[in-house]
Amino acid sequence: MTATGIGASVKRVEDFRFLTGRGRYTDDIERPNQTYAWILRSPHAHALITSIDTKKAAAAPGVVAVFTGADLEAAGVGGLPCGWQVHSKDGAPMAEPPHPPLAQGKVRHVGDQVAVVVAETREQARDAAELIDVGYEALPPVLDMESALAGKSLVHDGAARNLCYDWHIGDKDAADAAFAKAAHVTAIDIVNNRLIPNAMEPRAAIGDYDTATGEYTLYTTSQNPHVIRLLMGAFVLHIPEHKLRVVAPDVGGGFGSKIYHYAEEAIVTWAAGKLRRPVKWTAERSESFVSDCHGRDHVTRAELAMDKDGRFLGLKVSTKANMGAYLSTFAPCVPTYLYATLLAGVYTTPQIYCQVQAIFTNTVPVDAYRGAGRPEATYLLERLVDRAARETGLDQVDIRRRNFIPNDAFPYQTPVALQYDSGDYGATLDQAMGAALVDGFAKRKAEAGKRGKRRGLGYSTYIEACGIAPSAVVGSLGARAGLFESAEVRVHPTGSVTVFTGSHSHGQGHETTFAQLVSGALGIPMENVDIVHGDTGKIAYGMGTYGSRSLAVGGEAIMRALGRITDKAKKIAAHILEASESDIELKDGQFRVAGTDRALGFAEVALAAYVPHKFPHETLEPGLDETAFYDPANFTFPGGCHICEVEIDPETGEVEVVAFTAVDDVGRVINPMIVEGQVHGGVVQGIGQALLESCIYDEDGQLLTGSCMDYTMPRAANVPNFSVGTHTTLCRHNSLGVKGCGEVGAIGSPPAVINAIVDALWDVGVRDISMPATSQKVWQAIQSARAPMAAE
Amino acid sequence: MYDFSYHRAGSVADASSKLKAAEDGKLVAGGMTLIPTLKQRLAQPSDLIDLGGINDLAGIKADGSGVTIGAMTTHGAVATSKDVKSAIPALAHLAGEIGDPQVRHRGTIGGSIANNDPAADYPAACIGLGATIVTSKREIAADEFFKGLFETALADDEIVTAVRFPKPKRAAYMKFPNPASRYALVGVFVAETGNGMRVAVTGAGQNGVFRVKAMEDALGKSFAADAVANISVPDGDLNSDIHASAEYRAHLITVMAKRAVAAAE
Repeated sequence: MTATGIGASVKRVEDFRFLTGRGRYTDDIERPNQTYAWILRSPHAHALITSIDTKKAAAAPGVVAVFTGADLEAAGVGGLPCGWQVHSKDGAPMAEPPHPPLAQGKVRHVGDQVAVVVAETREQARDAAELIDVGYEALPPVLDMESALAGKSLVHDGAARNLCYDWHIGDKDAADAAFAKAAHVTAIDIVNNRLIPNAMEPRAAIGDYDTATGEYTLYTTSQNPHVIRLLMGAFVLHIPEHKLRVVAPDVGGGFGSKIYHYAEEAIVTWAAGKLRRPVKWTAERSESFVSDCHGRDHVTRAELAMDKDGRFLGLKVSTKANMGAYLSTFAPCVPTYLYATLLAGVYTTPQIYCQVQAIFTNTVPVDAYRGAGRPEATYLLERLVDRAARETGLDQVDIRRRNFIPNDAFPYQTPVALQYDSGDYGATLDQAMGAALVDGFAKRKAEAGKRGKRRGLGYSTYIEACGIAPSAVVGSLGARAGLFESAEVRVHPTGSVTVFTGSHSHGQGHETTFAQLVSGALGIPMENVDIVHGDTGKIAYGMGTYGSRSLAVGGEAIMRALGRITDKAKKIAAHILEASESDIELKDGQFRVAGTDRALGFAEVALAAYVPHKFPHETLEPGLDETAFYDPANFTFPGGCHICEVEIDPETGEVEVVAFTAVDDVGRVINPMIVEGQVHGGVVQGIGQALLESCIYDEDGQLLTGSCMDYTMPRAANVPNFSVGTHTTLCRHNSLGVKGCGEVGAIGSPPAVINAIVDALWDVGVRDISMPATSQKVWQAIQSARAPMAAE
Repeated sequence: MYDFSYHRAGSVADASSKLKAAEDGKLVAGGMTLIPTLKQRLAQPSDLIDLGGINDLAGIKADGSGVTIGAMTTHGAVATSKDVKSAIPALAHLAGEIGDPQVRHRGTIGGSIANNDPAADYPAACIGLGATIVTSKREIAADEFFKGLFETALADDEIVTAVRFPKPKRAAYMKFPNPASRYALVGVFVAETGNGMRVAVTGAGQNGVFRVKAMEDALGKSFAADAVANISVPDGDLNSDIHASAEYRAHLITVMAKRAVAAAE
């Protein structure tokens, strides 16, 4: 390990610009002669548009243009495409209704785009938007998934019963047979609460059109600019790639919500071409609440069959997943291939059957949010295991150990498609229990009891699939894209290096982690390395950042390109040093003829590559610039054990997370400080989901939690000091041995928190509590549990 | 926000006359409620009259009988004032729990009570301590000042200039914050004053801050947490929303009252 290579806790190089206000976000970009767009949004959850009169708005001060869905349709603008096709049990493709960027004839959720005003200033655009007269004929809103299936009111005429698909995985007959011989069956009803992402930076987009070249540029808050270029160019605006550049500069957090192709991106790009002027749109926070894709929103019934010794025999799961009003870019895969395939967890359950109904409702579209499907699977499984232990009298730890996949079983084929490559679940649990001081819990609980408080301890032993993803596998499952990554390593004549990566950093610290890979591989200082991302005009191609894929896929692509650089550089060094190529070794930034003192520095070789006066040009090309595309052989499987300790004030129902321990296996750690930060952030989001965050619609489909006054984001005061550790087993199919760390915190933590609450209140008679476990809900649960006791 | 005319007042009299002259004028003190409301286009005043330039409206004066706090004094200044901490520590504590540091360094006591948000903290202190509201025209007892949701006894062109808090024998404030907004879901101010016991509740009432006479009577007999532990406020007049049902709020009033008494004991 060098001071800046693999394993070093290098401080994040990007933080200086972020912390000193020098980051350059989309809204910081100003284009000459720029105009501003304001989107008029639907105040109704579900209504026909009977008329739109834009005359007054068009005549208002400063207004450049007003466009409606009819204008886009007349111009041949297409609908927003969905990137994943799921098929139902019966083989029929999912219902895939059109998603026009501006509504055509009907609005389907509060916040749906109805019209756009482009004006000289943002305030003028907004003023004018208030002058647009829209005639609405309200329709009954479809909100609750159960009644949606009755199909009395349809979100889309083409989706009968509001059903997108009715999918399943696993062998139902085999699962039924397993249940038939069970000694005990534990059942649980689970709601995975709908979340509103709330990245710190609201979405923004600027469309620009170059009248000289005919090239469009879109600056946007995206986690994957190449994907946006492909989707918007090919399907929506019909602009070929060489005439469309998408730039995603500094982006202030995404958590999934900035993966998708959004209507506003297409609207500003199209309008810029039409008006021959740049068009900028920046969301207000209230718009983010009703237009950024939401996350989670599952309702599930699950049953676990066990033999008399508490070994799992079978698992049956039935889930309803809310898609919202339209299919967002990756929505269909979240409750299927990112969810049901994880239902084996870390256990040897031999038979698993899961069916999932995806349902349209008059709510904001739902798509991937940090973890995406895997937190939903983990939550249901770990709550179910917890309940099973309590029902059968087994210890929380014991029931898990009895069912862990043993170390000698890897590679382990689950009954739900995935093949795990490595893990050591027993040792991870041991390490977490040691760090969480589980031995002293009884004493702490007794002490809390003296203060009138109730303490509880909750476990979660989880696994996730990330490093998304082998293209062949996801292609066979319905993905309409490959999920490889590209990297170009460009060595400049004086030895500095620029890496062009298709991964996108929006908080992950790639500029540091990736530079460490380069520093370690080439033996050059990190200051000599720049990481460039987020611009289709500079980077060959890229699938972007989500699914904890950047290091395992994007990093691996960089390693491959670095390997090619090293090979070429050795050739050059061998030529200059008049030695055999096989005798050249690269160490500490020196190309040395093995066993001699003849050596060239990295910069000398780089210079020679660009001043090739004596090169044998038939066998050695000038230049030192290599590109690699890497497609992984398998998913990666980070896992771990989270242990949460809570203290509850039974008088008010307040839950305090007094301790949280996370021991995660993320494979090889490149930068321990960054991994720790990623885990902290993920756990905070997990605690937010478990205790605080709840998206609530009223019966008319109005969003009641439409601002930070009502939607409770977790704050520093809501979380304790974390105890974070790693227990490493290497990924077996990438050269770095890395698995990914971006989502582990959000995936592993929620069930640990809720299991801790149930543990604290079990003796009171509380058997279950749903997320978010707000103080009111906990108090009510205690009251309800006590009421029958009091009556007895 | 919509367009409006901005005026910076040089004195209370100047502000008052500008307010009177405006078609639909609004005073702006710290702006912690008004500015977000304007940004969301939920209000459209014709004129904004800024009190920020009137220097003698800010400041804290103490004498043996209590403290007088100028209307433009920020929550942060009250929370950290040696005079307030010494005379009425419960009031400094209350101010220190309002909003977040940014709000506490902009928001003012005059702005807060003139707005009379039913979940604001200061109304509980004013009622709980039996404060006197000093205005450009007169002095108003706190009991007569708060008239309901966002309603006060202020006349159209009347401006709060200061609040006079008498020093209590003992007092404490217990707040159960709304988890999202940090306003009071329930806040209870308990004090033993020269004129008897006072228990004021904010955050919970459908008409804003109110007193709980049953608790005051009980504390008059015995100033102990147990004295109020079994007194509950009927939930019929309490707020019910996504954060707390009326039943939960009623329960929290008793718990917070009990804890406030214990803290004041």
